[in-house]
Amino acid sequence: MTIEVNADGTKTISVDYLARVEGEGNLHIEIEKDKLKHVQFGIFEPPRFFEAFLQGRKYTEAPDITARICGICPVAYQMGAVHAMERACGVDKIEGPIRELRRFLYCGEWIQSHILHAFLLHAPDFLNYESAIHMAKDHPDVVQGALDMKKIGNDIMDLIGGRAIHPVNVRVGGFYSAPTVKEMRGLRDEIKKGLDSAIAILDLVKTFEYPDFDQDYDFVALRHPDEYPLNEGRVVSSSGLDIEQHEFENYFEEEHVERSSALHCVMKNSRRPYHTGPLARYALNYDKFPAHIQDMAIDVGLGPVVTNPFQSLLVRVLESIYAYDEALRIIDDYQEPDAPFVDIDPQNGPGKGIGITEAPRGICFHQYEIGRDGLIKKAWIMAPTSQNQKMIEDDLWKFIPEHMHLEDERLQWHCEQAIRNYDPCISCSCHFLNLTVKRS
Amino acid sequence: MSNKPKLAVWKFSSCDGCQLSLLDCEDELLTIAGAVDIAYFVEASREVIPGPYTISLVEGSVTTPHEKEMIQHIREISEVVITIGACATSGGIQSLKNFANVDDYINTVYAHPEYIKTLETSTAIADHIKVDFELRGCPISKYQLLEVVNAFLNKRKPNIPTYSVCVECKRRGTPCIMVSEGKACIGPVTQAGCNAICPSINRGCFGCYGPCESPNTDSLATWMLENKIADKAELVRLFRNFNADAPAFKEASKKYDD
Repeated sequence: MTIEVNADGTKTISVDYLARVEGEGNLHIEIEKDKLKHVQFGIFEPPRFFEAFLQGRKYTEAPDITARICGICPVAYQMGAVHAMERACGVDKIEGPIRELRRFLYCGEWIQSHILHAFLLHAPDFLNYESAIHMAKDHPDVVQGALDMKKIGNDIMDLIGGRAIHPVNVRVGGFYSAPTVKEMRGLRDEIKKGLDSAIAILDLVKTFEYPDFDQDYDFVALRHPDEYPLNEGRVVSSSGLDIEQHEFENYFEEEHVERSSALHCVMKNSRRPYHTGPLARYALNYDKFPAHIQDMAIDVGLGPVVTNPFQSLLVRVLESIYAYDEALRIIDDYQEPDAPFVDIDPQNGPGKGIGITEAPRGICFHQYEIGRDGLIKKAWIMAPTSQNQKMIEDDLWKFIPEHMHLEDERLQWHCEQAIRNYDPCISCSCHFLNLTVKRS
Repeated sequence: MSNKPKLAVWKFSSCDGCQLSLLDCEDELLTIAGAVDIAYFVEASREVIPGPYTISLVEGSVTTPHEKEMIQHIREISEVVITIGACATSGGIQSLKNFANVDDYINTVYAHPEYIKTLETSTAIADHIKVDFELRGCPISKYQLLEVVNAFLNKRKPNIPTYSVCVECKRRGTPCIMVSEGKACIGPVTQAGCNAICPSINRGCFGCYGPCESPNTDSLATWMLENKIADKAELVRLFRNFNADAPAFKEASKKYDD
């Protein structure tokens, strides 16, 4: 990380390798006489060619292969893949215990990913530590408490997925095997403990100093009539968009820019970037939070729409509380399915399917074309971080001029923190470059 | 500065999952942080304590010219290099490009191929430098990771079995899924370490930990073909996954790919 004053009086702040994000990104800022000249949030993670790997593979392999795009949110890829493949095979929805188990598994991923980010990656910014490990020297209970809360998410993934990273139990049509009622109930006490800890820690996180900053975001998230969205819903935006999932490509598009191995996404009609992730889900689905979680939001000082991205930490904790709560509901209602999966046959469908789900970081889009032989002809996947990348730069363009009075090192740290607001998963974002690029 | 051993964690082309395994040691992380200085771990900390390092954990495969140079530097500043996960030990899922023409890939899928710098292959770290220990798995087992780090800190040999997944199935009491259910499974030639999860949930092994010691892929493949458990295309898919470029699996997949 360097700060240089150049001969012409301009100042350059460079962070070559951003810490506490997943994957490889950098930041470059140029300032001339207190005027911001240039900001660049770059992604230099090497592309891994997933689109090419998927072509010619069997439709049943998509959940296993796409999981490897990201070790932090493999369930998001597995869920996008199975829903898209089922639709390609003519099955729009699977109801009952399989639907519930998918939701339960996703709750596990939300918990582990949100708690990891909020307390091990983001909180050190607010408390002025280089890392959670440094933070643990002064606040051992907070860090160990967070690790314990995170572990419960992994335990859910272990039970339903077989393991927490790259679960093996997810298949097109459902699961290879379903847990017993007893196994599900076995997690109950632990999840309840996680819920209590997450509620208790609100008292700490509400005291964090959130930098003064607001953006006029166009939020994009899923919305479902009956629940806070995870696997299903229409795509809605705060500017009034309300479309079916299969209409997505008519409204969103990507630009390929030189400085990044991930694409920048914009809305087609406005050419504006948009914001996806916890703040977007929260703003567009606040009414779907149970009343007691809405009360907690009010108690920590949040309204039904949050436009300060630094406060995403609070929203992540509230969403974690929701995930623990929802996991308990699913356990209490759970009945073993007659069969752990339904038969899915590529002969029966249109051969093209789309699945959009809510990854911890925002909407994750999958689209596949498959043949009657079940082999994949084409894959297109859009990760949440590539959708947010342009928005992140936009935030910096606005944030830096408003905070020019800060010392360089402080300004640099705040800029890093502003990027971490999005919990960017850079490993994901650029692995899709090959999948999402427009052919011209 | 303390006298504690210095641990560094490096990322090459990968999904981050194996280094996440370190943060997934929820019960042990703070103990580890007490025993070693976590000197370089960008995913977790802004602080960078300069090398040399006692132990470097390397995740990911070599896929770019930059990574090719970087790995040499890491070897120079590290007493011990331990590679973690299928990407680092065999090239990972991205090594599937080794079986295709990369120019074709790039020219057909990129709007601006000139922006993209990539090597024609994805290769294991040990193809480039001397590696002191290779820890397998996609993802690795966090318990095996703790064992390996612990062993090197205490200057003893890591206790990591190289036998096949079959041994783990027997130990768990899982009936052989291939014999009893007729499901394709490459557990007999795959190294143990995952605790044979897949057969226990009614699914055949698909090779996350790569080839076991002395794998007899020919015998297994012939048996599956003769008993109509898998056809050639399925055999190729099974061997050509996350450890596609591991020599034994590579040879096996090439044999049935026609």
